[in-house]
Amino acid sequence: MISFTVNGTVRQIDAEADKPLLWVLREDLDILGPKFGCGVAACGACTVHVDGAAVRACAMPVASVAGRSVVTIEGLGQAGLHAVQKAWIEQQVPQCGYCQPGFIMAAAALLKATPRPTDSDIDEALSNICRCGTYSAIRRAVHRAAALLGGGS
Amino acid sequence: MKFTRRKAIIGGIVGGGLLGVGFWFAYERDRLGGRNLFNVKPGEAGLSGWVKITRDDRVIVAVPRAEMGQGVQTALAMLVAEEMDARWDQVTVEDPPEDGVYRNVDILIDGLPLSPEETGTIVDVAHWLATKAAGVLGAVATGGSTAVRDAWLPMRTAGAVARDLLLRAASRKAGVPVDRLEVRDGAILLRKDASRVATFGELVDQIGDLASRPPPPLKPASEFRLIGKSLPRLDVPAKVTGAAVFGVDVRMPGMIYAAVRNAPTFGGSAYGFKVQGGLPGGVEKVVIVPGGIAALGTSWWRANRFLMDGLEVDWTAGPEPGLDSAGLWQRYADLLATGEPALVRTAGAESRPAEPRILEATYRAPYLAHTPMEPMNCTARVTRRDGGAAAVEIWMPNQSLTMMRYIAARTAGTDQADVTVHTTFLGGGFGRRAEVDLVRQAVTCALAVPGRPVQVLWSREEDIRHDYYRPMALARWRAELDLSGGSPKLAGVSKRQVAQSPADQFAARVIGLPAQGKPEGNAVENPPYAFPSYRLEAIVPEGSVPVGFWRSVGHSHTAFFDESFIDELAVALRKDPFAFRRELLAGKPRHLAVLETAAREAGWGQPLPAGLGRGIALRASFGSIVAQVAEVAVPDGQTVQVKRVTCAIDCGPVVNPAIVRAQMESGIVYGLSAALYGEITLANGAVEQANFPDYDAVRLADAPIMSIHLVDSRSTHIGGVGEPGTPPIAPAVANAVFAATGKRLRTLPLRLG
Repeated sequence: MISFTVNGTVRQIDAEADKPLLWVLREDLDILGPKFGCGVAACGACTVHVDGAAVRACAMPVASVAGRSVVTIEGLGQAGLHAVQKAWIEQQVPQCGYCQPGFIMAAAALLKATPRPTDSDIDEALSNICRCGTYSAIRRAVHRAAALLGGGS
Repeated sequence: MKFTRRKAIIGGIVGGGLLGVGFWFAYERDRLGGRNLFNVKPGEAGLSGWVKITRDDRVIVAVPRAEMGQGVQTALAMLVAEEMDARWDQVTVEDPPEDGVYRNVDILIDGLPLSPEETGTIVDVAHWLATKAAGVLGAVATGGSTAVRDAWLPMRTAGAVARDLLLRAASRKAGVPVDRLEVRDGAILLRKDASRVATFGELVDQIGDLASRPPPPLKPASEFRLIGKSLPRLDVPAKVTGAAVFGVDVRMPGMIYAAVRNAPTFGGSAYGFKVQGGLPGGVEKVVIVPGGIAALGTSWWRANRFLMDGLEVDWTAGPEPGLDSAGLWQRYADLLATGEPALVRTAGAESRPAEPRILEATYRAPYLAHTPMEPMNCTARVTRRDGGAAAVEIWMPNQSLTMMRYIAARTAGTDQADVTVHTTFLGGGFGRRAEVDLVRQAVTCALAVPGRPVQVLWSREEDIRHDYYRPMALARWRAELDLSGGSPKLAGVSKRQVAQSPADQFAARVIGLPAQGKPEGNAVENPPYAFPSYRLEAIVPEGSVPVGFWRSVGHSHTAFFDESFIDELAVALRKDPFAFRRELLAGKPRHLAVLETAAREAGWGQPLPAGLGRGIALRASFGSIVAQVAEVAVPDGQTVQVKRVTCAIDCGPVVNPAIVRAQMESGIVYGLSAALYGEITLANGAVEQANFPDYDAVRLADAPIMSIHLVDSRSTHIGGVGEPGTPPIAPAVANAVFAATGKRLRTLPLRLG
């Protein structure tokens, strides 16, 4: 049994220690926001927060989150939508939308650590892949979210 | 001007109701749909197959096209909402049932080996036949940048029919003549004082026995209230909360997962397997499926690991198990030199210059994988009934519902009437999701566990190694320059091009039609330029490498060949690449306006710092004209950095400008990933790449600053936007690299040194 917190609730999981967190979320806990994109931590579609930091859940063994706090896109907004989600709607970022939970989680973690990110901060922190090419909208939305959170210009 | 039967019919209807009642009934049956067709539930009233209203005052529009990010749900709903004068905040969308009313007629036409430049009886007949074929096949499909083009008249007509019904219902309810009423913002008002007679929702029970009738003419563009506005997309909210359901998110009681390993060589299959020491926990069954082998179990992750590590499989080899890229390029080089063309096309009269100079250049484009972000998947359930007949249900992110249904029925040995296909959101499509391989495998798995839904999911490695690739292509352009009389002049151009035909292979592998050996229509479209003479020879090799429809299809490689060579010609003639194109487009005002807009907005001609260069390219595709200027830096003489892309598009009437801009940016980034990194290579009959680390895509740090400019030429011909942004970017970047470095890159992906 591995015990950890997911979106504020303590969960006990009977899974192999090396089963990636992504598959525990999707198969054992029915939390479907984090997406499978590559399985090798290359695309970021599976990004979640572990103790507040953005991690790629497809390459993180579930055993390594024992006792820690995991937040997925479903748990990002405490009351309603998170500022990043609001900015994403305002800037109409998504196209197919598959990669967006990963981008939103990466952006939220970035803004927590760096409330006023520069374009190069954003480039570095959001190394996810979007095949629809929503990048310029993402850049706009991150700056907008920073402003909504009171940090940005 | 092209003539199609569909346009003639609709033109007749919307042109003032001149046609007889019988013709209206035919239209109603074929394209409007009956009022009960669209899943009408209690509390709702159908107004045609395309739209229904609800007692709680919602307007639900039928969108029979797949939402894969291109904004189709929003754009199609806007067409209906505009003509019925609905409020945008009351509009939602739903999938309609499968019916011929929802067929996509335009999609077949682009596959024909014809150029939009061509006219004449043969072209008319071919288009008429394609329209006919779409009617017979009832192809509900999404692709070829056709969704809005196809829906432009029928869905607006459906909106106008709905408005007419609502007016008559309100008239009857209030006892006021129709001509004293009007519809505005989702309500019926009295004309004289704008007082409200009824909301749409209040008329749900009043529609009943009213018959649909030919509506008054559609609105002129000057009266549009919604079309032309950047209305918010309907699909965005669910996509930022994680609630959007993609194919991989389908969950059902009792569902199990299946991982797949496909045959190592193209065309191979599994004929046996050996399990070492029994199936591990979480894996229930191993099933041989078309083209590969599947492991079924309660955990996909577990099943996939077992397939990779714990299963010995006996494979048959495909027809070319020794295939490698070097050998294939040699085969193509031989075909380029001596191959018999499947299509020859000429324009203008060839002339012999007195003092000729030959300019020749050979270009190459590799195979490309699609890599949509959502890996390939399909969920299927087969329910056995008495007597052995099976009912099949499919949940799948797909671009070709009719084909999925057809293949599911064939695979299960049942009637198409017993198959239901649900289309989820697509986590990217790009043409890959028109293919039927996943539905074959999913139904095969489902047959092995009757009554249980099975979700087949491929790893990214399977996706990249078992795609239907953008064909690799080889082309040789040749120009004759006339050096007599001082400055060199262009005498004529010709091109030989070698590429497989996805349309040919698709028809063969899906419905078993014999291969026609004809090139893809959009790979052989005539360049728009007024060359003194032009000759095309298109060679279509056979080959076992599966090829498919990759965003913009033949345009993707042909634009690189054509627009690179135009640039080389400009250099040879000592002309500015923009000015040279302008000269050759003098008789094409729409093309010219697009080209000039891109050049102007990019600051063409203004000096750039050393090491930077600008390149321009233009391509008309899918009914739209796009020009792009790329600004490139090569800081170390090796790395190509695309700093800025300026894009101009004329797509005719614009439904939603924000979506058009987003699609241009999307097409640019998709094409840029291919231009900078995309290359699928073969060794020992198999693909060498496996995952994003060796088949990379543009990320935020590499994404250029983009500015998109919509050119309004007042054309009434509506064009597509999903694909036309992709073709110009590779040549624009290659031409910019030349401007920056003096090095002409003739092979994709673009690599210096």
